[in-house]
Amino acid sequence: MSTSKGMNLTLKIWRQKNANAKGQIETYQLSDVSPDSSFLEMLDMLNDKLINEGNSPVAFDHDCREGICGACSLHINGEPHGPGRRITTCQLHMRSFKDGDTIYIEPFRAKAFPVIKDLVVDRESFDRIQHAGGYVSVNTSGNTVDANAIPVDKESADKAFDAATCIGCGACVAACKNASASLFVAAKVSQYALLPQGQIEAKNRVLNMVKQAEEEGFGPCSNTGACEVECPKGISLENIARMNREFFSASLK
Amino acid sequence: MNLDSKIPEGPLKDKWTNHKNNIRLVNPANKRNIDVIVVGTGLAGGSAAATLAELGYNVKAFCYQDSPRRAHSIAAQGGINAAKNYQGDGDSIYRLFYDTVKGGDYRSREANVYRLAEVSANIIDQCVAQGVPFARDYGGLLDNRSFGGVLVSRTFYAKGQTGQQLLLGAYSAMNRQIAKGKIKMYNRHEMLDVVKIDGKARGIIARNLVSGEIERHSAHAVVVASGGYGNVFFLSTNAMGSNVTAAWKIHKNGAFFANPCYTQIHPTCIPVHGTQQSKLTLMSESLRNDGRIWVPKKLEDAKAVREGRLKPTDIKEEDRDYYLERRYPSFGNLVPRDVASRAAKERCDAGFGVVNNDTNEGVFLDFKSAIQRYGKEEAHIKGIKNASAEEITKLGEKVIESKYGNLFDMYQQITAENPYKTPMKIYPAVHYTMGGVWVDYNLMTTVPGLYAIGEANFSDHGANRLGASALMQGLADGYFVLPYTIGDYLADDIRTGAIPTDTPEFEQAEKEVRETLEKFVNNNGNHSVDYFHKKLGRIMWDKVGMARTAEGLKEAIKEIAELREEFWKDVRVPGSIDEMNQELEKAGRVADFLELGELFARDALEREESCGGHFREEYQSEEGEAERRDEQFAYVAAYEYTGKPSEAIMHKEELNFENVELKTRSYK
Ligand SMILES: Cc1cc2nc3c(=O)[nH]c(=O)nc-3n(C[C@H](O)[C@H](O)[C@H](O)COP(=O)(O)OP(=O)(O)OC[C@H]3O[C@@H](n4cnc5c(N)ncnc54)[C@H](O)[C@@H]3O)c2cc1C
Ligand code: SF4
Ligand code: FES
Repeated sequence: MSTSKGMNLTLKIWRQKNANAKGQIETYQLSDVSPDSSFLEMLDMLNDKLINEGNSPVAFDHDCREGICGACSLHINGEPHGPGRRITTCQLHMRSFKDGDTIYIEPFRAKAFPVIKDLVVDRESFDRIQHAGGYVSVNTSGNTVDANAIPVDKESADKAFDAATCIGCGACVAACKNASASLFVAAKVSQYALLPQGQIEAKNRVLNMVKQAEEEGFGPCSNTGACEVECPKGISLENIARMNREFFSASLK
Repeated sequence: MNLDSKIPEGPLKDKWTNHKNNIRLVNPANKRNIDVIVVGTGLAGGSAAATLAELGYNVKAFCYQDSPRRAHSIAAQGGINAAKNYQGDGDSIYRLFYDTVKGGDYRSREANVYRLAEVSANIIDQCVAQGVPFARDYGGLLDNRSFGGVLVSRTFYAKGQTGQQLLLGAYSAMNRQIAKGKIKMYNRHEMLDVVKIDGKARGIIARNLVSGEIERHSAHAVVVASGGYGNVFFLSTNAMGSNVTAAWKIHKNGAFFANPCYTQIHPTCIPVHGTQQSKLTLMSESLRNDGRIWVPKKLEDAKAVREGRLKPTDIKEEDRDYYLERRYPSFGNLVPRDVASRAAKERCDAGFGVVNNDTNEGVFLDFKSAIQRYGKEEAHIKGIKNASAEEITKLGEKVIESKYGNLFDMYQQITAENPYKTPMKIYPAVHYTMGGVWVDYNLMTTVPGLYAIGEANFSDHGANRLGASALMQGLADGYFVLPYTIGDYLADDIRTGAIPTDTPEFEQAEKEVRETLEKFVNNNGNHSVDYFHKKLGRIMWDKVGMARTAEGLKEAIKEIAELREEFWKDVRVPGSIDEMNQELEKAGRVADFLELGELFARDALEREESCGGHFREEYQSEEGEAERRDEQFAYVAAYEYTGKPSEAIMHKEELNFENVELKTRSYK
């Protein structure tokens, strides 16, 4: 149990009844929040209070609450996933705030992420980009070669892994002034580009995934790097450079 | 009803091969006319959906998250077992089989476990072919680590994100089939009932969580891969949405529920911090490879640590009690989870806990020795002579960082303490449920055409699961077992044609679902859903948790039934059913937990022995070790629903051990 005193907060939260409704910011007061609570636990507290007062609780996406599922997606004080670096909203703790603070909480904003309700947005556009090529075409029959018959040098394996740790949260898009999905697409393209298993379909993959991202309404990349700063998994801009190389060499042929 | 496990004849090692050779197949042209529903897109459901679609079936897959990639398998950290014997340390299919049966405290089916061990190697080949970036050594080959309860290194891993990488592999296989139109994906949909026609499972009722619409979906077979039910304890390492609803609804429709009381309490989780806490976070078991677990030897030191007057790093070596090393010299910090958890509870109950929370529950997990050991090794490798203590610590910390960096970061994020400099504090937490829907060797439940795979079934782990074996089981079920065994059943359906949904059975099921949902939103009670869920969790943890007694269990059964009554009278669910309504989703889940909890306690009461994760205080040795009673209890308890959860009819599936000798599990 925390010995530190609870905090009093003013919360300014985006409320929107459904996809077609007009939304607006509402103000709420919340007291006695433990600094050891997570940000989402603070919202649980608010919701409990709203329910007890007969009001409708704030809808927000979340599931694992440990920074890995990519469900949580809040824009907090103007930043996707809030003030912390390399963490998701669910990993943000209230000790990052001070007693008396006012906190703005909004959904991720992008044309390709329409709001469903309150702070919940629709990110299925990300899934559709993956359908366009985010896989190696190998059947799951188990009749493949022995795993160690495909050695991969450690450096490439580690880099592929780093790219593969993208959680598909969409913070990169929310951080970008063009709402570009480049970092997200580049992470997947890079993972396969760095591995021998990904080579055979490399060209079509990059062309199709980039095309799908455009069709979904994600903007172009202008190399500002805001995405890298806000990405909770530290996906590096290097991946975008690699994707661009893959894209150009695929377009040439 | 007679429980038939359908275990094939013949010697253990030939059973699966023979069975595969003998089961009926559906020809590819006919598969196009057959629909299969898969509820769940974790490792089990995701791999099954992809493989069934590749084989040619039309798959409809469901998950409650906004994308299949977010299923809770994503959170698995440590690794996945496979009997590859890449390390040449004597591993084999038999040894993995043996370790799993022993680790499960002789309460699992030999034939299922052997099959699991047999297909385990294929999983790794498969995942590598898909581009899953497992950890590798400098030679470019796959690396392994070891996990609790075994003496070989057979665990494959991708840093602390193994589940994520494996799930993204299965998700990518699904994506390929979604693109081809062979899988139709229903995100943000929750299954709320199964529909049976002529006794066979022929569809489900699902709620679209965005629009609130209640939908009918039909198929020739239904596969439930909805994960575990650890959230019956409210606080657990499961995701907030993890639930028993799909499994419980099929139980109420005729599927037997097996061994509900077998729960895994994981020894290395971050201790509870306060009453606002919503979930607990696991620190991977792999940390026990390098971390040493201890509490102070002196009560006054423990007290001083709790009160912040004494730093753990100031406690002298001789004043520390490395209680696992003391009690279990041969396995030390790597004893199985149930043993490690109980040992922590024993020390904390005796007053040596080091965390300043309600119950003082917490012990240290210390990396100092490992940092020193690795530091010296590195200095040696790098040829640094007379390295200073500081240099050694630095080098050692680097090694630890490369192995567990993300876990250390996660710990620091949550606790604001730096685990490189001061020992972590950990305590056991509910993590996994070995119990689940009863299935036969073909993974079919007691309802024809209804299957359960992954953590949702009871099949392979007996009374305790070994680390890194759940991922293995989920993928084995989904990639390599179910897609074959289901063919045997579907072979009868090649001429059935599409199943219509405008039938009285669908009508009735939909009506009941709607009525329940309406009831919630019209109830206008005084308390939120969480209020009841937390109360249930408290009863479960105190009376049906790490140590259980007949008396406590009887109380729990009564208290849960009362709480359920109160819930239905007094729960408040705002909003309506025809909109996105997260409180309504929670209400349905908690309603089912309130029924399951009662059966869970009843099962624990019936099982008058201690085995694996189930510890009855009445059945222990003088040194406090669990005492199994094989004569009376070497069976699977499979419950048939009759109305009141605790009055379910218990059916016994006797367990026959022909290939391993039942022994007292010893890790001393
Ligand atoms: C923190 C953590 C770490 C772990 N680490 C390891 C490890 O290192 N090694 C290991 O072997 N195991 C580990 N485990 C255990 C392992 O991760 C799980 O047992 C396993 O992933 C479960 O997979 P599954 O496919 O059965 O279920 P899940 O991955 O839980 O998937 C359940 C699916 O069902 C869906 N669903 C549920 N209910 C419904 C419904 N009513 N309607 C529609 N859809 C529904 C969900 O949306 C989801 O898609 C860990 C578990 C946790 C919690
Ligand atoms: S690249 Fe980073 S910010 Fe973008 S979706 Fe992936 S994890 Fe999120
Ligand atoms: S809730 Fe899963 S990443 Fe935040």
